[in-house]
Amino acid sequence: MVEKLRRSYGSGIEALTYAGQNYMVVDRSLIPEILRVLCHQEQFDYCVDITAVHYPKREKQFDVLWILYSYARNERIRVTAQIRDGESIPSSVPIWTGANWLEREVYDMFGIKFDGHPDMKRILLPDGWKGHPLRKDYGILQQDNEWVQINLGIESGQ
Amino acid sequence: MTDQNSSLSHLDLETPEKPFLDANELVINMGPQHPATHGVLRVILRLDGEKVLGLECVIGYLHRGVEKIGEHRTYTMFNPYVDRMDYVAAVSNGLGYCETVEKLLNVEAPPRAQHVRVILTELNRIASHQLWLGTHALDIGAITPLFYTFRDREEILKIYEKYCGARLTTHAFRIGGLQYETYAGFEKDVKNFLDFFGPKIDEYEELLTTNRIWVERTKNVGNISAQDCIALGVTGPVLRASGVKWDLRKAQPYANYKNFDFDIPIGQNGDTYDRYLVRMGEMRQSVRIVQQAINALPEGPIMAKVPKVMKPAVGEVYHSIEAPKGELGYFIVSDGSTQPYRVRVRPPSFVNLQALDVMCRGQLVADVIAVIGTLDIVLGEVDR
Repeated sequence: MVEKLRRSYGSGIEALTYAGQNYMVVDRSLIPEILRVLCHQEQFDYCVDITAVHYPKREKQFDVLWILYSYARNERIRVTAQIRDGESIPSSVPIWTGANWLEREVYDMFGIKFDGHPDMKRILLPDGWKGHPLRKDYGILQQDNEWVQINLGIESGQ
Repeated sequence: MTDQNSSLSHLDLETPEKPFLDANELVINMGPQHPATHGVLRVILRLDGEKVLGLECVIGYLHRGVEKIGEHRTYTMFNPYVDRMDYVAAVSNGLGYCETVEKLLNVEAPPRAQHVRVILTELNRIASHQLWLGTHALDIGAITPLFYTFRDREEILKIYEKYCGARLTTHAFRIGGLQYETYAGFEKDVKNFLDFFGPKIDEYEELLTTNRIWVERTKNVGNISAQDCIALGVTGPVLRASGVKWDLRKAQPYANYKNFDFDIPIGQNGDTYDRYLVRMGEMRQSVRIVQQAINALPEGPIMAKVPKVMKPAVGEVYHSIEAPKGELGYFIVSDGSTQPYRVRVRPPSFVNLQALDVMCRGQLVADVIAVIGTLDIVLGEVDR
């Protein structure tokens, strides 16, 4: 399958396997296209999860991942795209409706914006919160003190 | 008097073309402190009279940053935290986490440990479905099932308490197997429970399955098609009630489920009633699995060889199990140190809750309560 994809999209795709699990690293520019092909032509119709990983030392700081599953093939695949800090990535809500909340969570936790998302706002944290907690530069005890003081009327949440 | 009259006429002039009271649309807030939202879920309903036009869920009230905590704990230390996500199915959470780390470490739990794991996990599935049935029926107005299910659930919790000292957040499994050997009389307790519980499922069904009020309140309520389920990523009993015969225990067997014989109950209409029947069927199948496992419990070690200080090789692994609510997945990235670089939990409740809007459109306000119940969400897992 990956061979076929590579033939049509060139060297922007790298196929890897770890612990018996297949994943591919895809160039950011190919992102909506590859996902669309995987969903509509290769039957990966179930978007299990969308998440991200932060590598602050890399030039392209973020890995954005799609974990996909195909009911017809009983197979899983992960698609990874690397992006820079502040860079956005096309939304996959037009492909899988269920991507909506998953992408909102990635935005909430990492500050990665998805272009074309119908409702790009925070989901778990309150709307006015400052900072994105799952970034590596966000401390584990850190919080938005200003928000806590104004909205909860206490000095600190700790 | 004249003053009042003049002010009234002044008001009349100011009346907009479409007065508010004649407007068809009404926005009503439900929760977060509401007994039928199973925790702290806030739903903003858009209504036309009693009819739901659409709704929006506001979540996050129970957010504790579990994934962030995971990055700051060692692999062993993070194990008890996962119990606190879906706190009514803590054993399932633990199984998923332990198996994922075992995959990273490339070890496998010994057969005896696998068997005990299956027994405890399936008992947990029964306990989770019992709690769901009791509270769901209570929301709809049937009070008796709550007492029945909690009475019987107690027996499962007693087995947990005897096994590991805790009833809810059990921390029953360790990475590589089990910490505790089963106690003397474990097999007898489990067998006694199965004999006791088998007929109880019929008892629950007698109360509800043909009960006219129950049928009226659940049939054709909150319908969702298989196509919508797949597009939304909905899994678990909700997906199966829509007619998709898919269960991770069969599709991609983990632990040692491939050694056991069981069926996947499915529904056809994808309504609240079918989801009820599917979960009742699942309790029966769980009894079957535990029966087979307890009768064939092998002897042997309960712990694989795992290093005291765990440092998995650099890499990333996704592993998921069929939790009582659906696909529960863990995605762990290791950087070769003692702490995970990133832990991602794919919670079934979070993804399933997204379907609430689709399922409630065109229904009545009272049905929203039934649909929240039938989705079987646990807010501890939705918000993490």
